[in-house]
Amino acid sequence: MAHSTVPATAATPAITPLSLKEIAPWAVFTALLALILLYFVGAEQGAVSLVAGETVHEWVHDGRHLLGFPCH
Amino acid sequence: MNSISVRALLVRGMLAGLIAGAAAFLVAYFIGEGPVDAAIAFEESHSHEHGGEELVSRAVQSTAGLATGVLLFGVAVGGLTALAHCVALGRVGRFGPRATAALVSLGGLLTVYVVPYLKYPPNPPAVGDPDTIGQRTGLYFLMVALSVLLAVAAVILGKRLAARLGNWNATVAASAAFVLAVGLAFAFLPSFDEVPKGFPAAVVWEFRLATLALQTTLWTVFGLVFGHLAERLHTAGASPRRVPAAV
Repeated sequence: MAHSTVPATAATPAITPLSLKEIAPWAVFTALLALILLYFVGAEQGAVSLVAGETVHEWVHDGRHLLGFPCH
Repeated sequence: MNSISVRALLVRGMLAGLIAGAAAFLVAYFIGEGPVDAAIAFEESHSHEHGGEELVSRAVQSTAGLATGVLLFGVAVGGLTALAHCVALGRVGRFGPRATAALVSLGGLLTVYVVPYLKYPPNPPAVGDPDTIGQRTGLYFLMVALSVLLAVAAVILGKRLAARLGNWNATVAASAAFVLAVGLAFAFLPSFDEVPKGFPAAVVWEFRLATLALQTTLWTVFGLVFGHLAERLHTAGASPRRVPAAV
């Protein structure tokens, strides 16, 4: 058997948590992008409107209703 | 040693979210569109405001439009949940990546959807007063944020109590605290009842059930797919074919 870098005693090793410092930049960037996406799917041209007209609202209309967001 | 990277988990989370979104789209299309069409038929027979030409046809709304909304939602939720999984991994009990993914997904379904749903249930077209849309949207997002924050607080509370009460009792106590706090929020936030006179109750029921089916499908498929991918990533990282680190 080839030597493994994993000690033989560690059959089911406890998982070392990922450091929060490592997660932070990903979390900030993803949260920002995801919230913008969710805003356009869930609220744009409903309660508040950044883009003029109703095309965004009408396009995602069924999705907005069925995903549970307040729509009209 | 832990070789799972945040980047690798995030990519898999968004991918699993896309797959979950596709499954949720099928549920939305086959179960949800019926009540939506019934509600629109009611709207058209009771109001003469929507007589003008449509910006987006019903055929597009119920297919491409619906898919856009549900898939984007799936990817966004997938990415966010993958990051919540990164934080929870190794910090909440002795659970592996797959079990952690299942727990985080279940927690996501309950806190992001079910708790706000109980206070502000979704409504089909024709239900809802356009004058209160601003207030309802604000309160809905507030309820989502509150529910997620209270759940995080409950998990932290549970971890603190675990040393003194043991895992089981600490979990029960923290869950009870969460339910109590959510109950208080339900009691003090304003409610809305805007179902128009004569609107069929069965359509409201079917619509709300369909939205619950959609979200349950989305979070379940996400949890299973993402859990599988995260577990595989972990196993691959721990296997001997990995190049040993210098030192």
